[in-house]
Amino acid sequence: MQESISFTPQLAASPIAGMLWLIPAVPIVAAGVAALLKQSGRKTAATLAIGAMSVSLLLSVAAFAHVAGLWFGGEAARETVNFTWIQVGAANVDLGWVLDPLSAVMLVMVSLVGLLIFIYSIGYMAQDQNFTRFFCFLSLFAGAMLGVVIANSLLLLFMSWELVGLTSYLLIGFWYQKPAAAAAAKKAFITTRVGDVFFLLGMVWLFAQTGTLLFYNHGAGSIEPGALAALLTHPAALGLTAAGAIGLLIFAGAAGKSGQVPLHVWLPDAMEGPTPVSALIHAATMVAAGVYLIARVYPLMQAGALTGGTTTALTVVTWVGASTAVFAALIAVAQNDIKRILAYSTVSQLGYMMAGLGMGGVAVGMFHLITHAFFKALLFMGAGSVIHGCHEEQDIRRMGGLKADMPVTFVTYTIGMLALCGFPILFSGFWSKDGILEAAQHWSVAKAPFYMLVFGALLTAFYMTRQVSYVFFGYWRGHKPAHESPSVMTLPLAVLAFFAMALGVIGTPAWPWFRAFLEGRAVGFDWRAFGEPGLLPLMGISIVVVFLGLGFGWTLYGDKTPKAEEPDALEKAVPPVWGWLHNRLYVDELYGVTVIAFYGWWAQVADWLDRRVWGGLVSAVAWVFALWARMNRFLDTNVVDGSFDKGCDELAAGGGLLARVQSGRVQTYLRILALAVVALAAILIWSSRA
Amino acid sequence: MSPLAGFLLVAALLFSIGLAGALTRRNAILVLIGIELMLNAANLNFIAFWRYGPHPEALTGMMFAIFSIAVAAAEAAVGLGLVIAIYRHAHTADLDQMNRMKG
Repeated sequence: MQESISFTPQLAASPIAGMLWLIPAVPIVAAGVAALLKQSGRKTAATLAIGAMSVSLLLSVAAFAHVAGLWFGGEAARETVNFTWIQVGAANVDLGWVLDPLSAVMLVMVSLVGLLIFIYSIGYMAQDQNFTRFFCFLSLFAGAMLGVVIANSLLLLFMSWELVGLTSYLLIGFWYQKPAAAAAAKKAFITTRVGDVFFLLGMVWLFAQTGTLLFYNHGAGSIEPGALAALLTHPAALGLTAAGAIGLLIFAGAAGKSGQVPLHVWLPDAMEGPTPVSALIHAATMVAAGVYLIARVYPLMQAGALTGGTTTALTVVTWVGASTAVFAALIAVAQNDIKRILAYSTVSQLGYMMAGLGMGGVAVGMFHLITHAFFKALLFMGAGSVIHGCHEEQDIRRMGGLKADMPVTFVTYTIGMLALCGFPILFSGFWSKDGILEAAQHWSVAKAPFYMLVFGALLTAFYMTRQVSYVFFGYWRGHKPAHESPSVMTLPLAVLAFFAMALGVIGTPAWPWFRAFLEGRAVGFDWRAFGEPGLLPLMGISIVVVFLGLGFGWTLYGDKTPKAEEPDALEKAVPPVWGWLHNRLYVDELYGVTVIAFYGWWAQVADWLDRRVWGGLVSAVAWVFALWARMNRFLDTNVVDGSFDKGCDELAAGGGLLARVQSGRVQTYLRILALAVVALAAILIWSSRA
Repeated sequence: MSPLAGFLLVAALLFSIGLAGALTRRNAILVLIGIELMLNAANLNFIAFWRYGPHPEALTGMMFAIFSIAVAAAEAAVGLGLVIAIYRHAHTADLDQMNRMKG
């Protein structure tokens, strides 16, 4: 367990921190403008989206440079800008944004990966008639995700979080004509909503306890020591403090978004969306939002831990993460859809990140998040390139031998695959995964997570070797020959491949710059760090495991490539195991017979209640009123109407009498007038005589 | 008999003839003519009272008569317009048959 992070108190906000809101605002405005464009405005939409993303990237880099500059100057900066959004009586609801090393690193990652994926999308979506709509959604997503990153208020984070969920829904269901895509979109939305309900509960609880949802507010924020001390003294159920319970509720939200077991079921189905979406949302950014959330509220998760100890919340995070890592890796072994394998791999890697957060602290989990974002985006975009080149074929059994047809994709994909497997020294995945394994080795609670994660690493190397053997080696088993993708698609791949390799530099034990940067410590270059007890043996184990996995994979699948219809090598060896894994360990079926069946039954009960009980009640009330109405009608016709009718008759008779004067003949009127005049004259004369 | 009494007698005669015409004729045009006669009887009275009144130099009776003639002209135009409209609608100018606007 690391020592607690000690940042110098907030400085006055610098200009760049004051402008931080522009980073999410620009893509959101671009999305708004793109939404007004006609379908034919393809070029405008793409230019808008990419331009907005470039502005965000520039601002992010400026913010990062500012924070890094302060760090090199020996300061650990955390700048916040807060403002009151709603004021009800004495209570304030505040929003705000924060610029610290954590958000700065995430900002650069999200906007850089996002920009590359935007550019890639021009090539991938070139044939799609809804190109404009696609870029509108992509921009909106990017803006929302950047909003999650800069939020200094749990509420602002939650709002952006929900926007991210919405755009994820829209993009998974982008090809809504396909029933599978529409169903997957709904599934993703509903499954993440299960976690979000808990998140909301945790948020409301936190607000009730601390009276603020700001993270940092000059000592008055909800995850600063003052509020945490108060939360720790407040007991909740089951021996948890309020801090622990709120931490667990928030983690449930994070588990939904980050596809942790048992809420992982939506993520593999989300692959029905266009591949750039899978790369952007379901590999690099959105699913990482859950991990980021835990990193953001880490003081809350950690509250109450003694030095070297851990908390209930973090223990739960660790166990869920480690189980997810192994669980998803097992399933990935027996999938045949190129994107589905990557999806389960993503779930598994998210488990690693969670476990890293739980055992090693913010920096360990976040480093794997950043490296994973680059190599997994690379893998997804490589898979997109393969799918594109194979004429929308996604089944790896109908590919093969692509290393000759698609050389750029092959090289970059292999780099991504080796980074994911944790191939030693050269690749970033090795260093970030090793950080997690090292933390697991030193974890005081149990040793099981360490073995689970090592086993997961073995499986990762195995299933990636299987996939690459199927796709790139052997001979072509498809119909039409494959072709390489245009350079607008391969160029982003090359950039990402560079980062997949180079990023390891900032996280080696000899120069753990990333960790020091996040924790606000100084760091020097030191070879002797490798000499720490247990470190070299651990690296040895991890290297052996990787080579074992690669070796197994290669002996079973390498260059042999069975015919498309032939059963898998693993299926021939152990059919029952294969059956379980191929059917995703029957989790969906389990939900089908438990949760969904329960809801079906419950709906029927509700239907019966509605029809019989409540319906009957309503009918009874209606019947009583109908009876009452009948009685009223009887009274009306026989009592009230009699006297009323009589009055009316009298009036009508009087009216008829008067109406006779109004004959309608104009000369009759004239005659009456004349007579009246004569009468008046007579009265006048007679009265003047008298 | 003073000249004023003579004028007033003529005017009264004119008014009675007009009234009799307006009351007895069935044709709307002839009723209008009767009304014109009555109006002119009134005009004659204006002039007579002015000419033989206390301030004949003030021209007040003349003014009244001219006003009255202008109003009568306007009234005749409106009345004739109404009669024509009714005739077009009902194909008759007989007032006895125009009794639809009764209470």
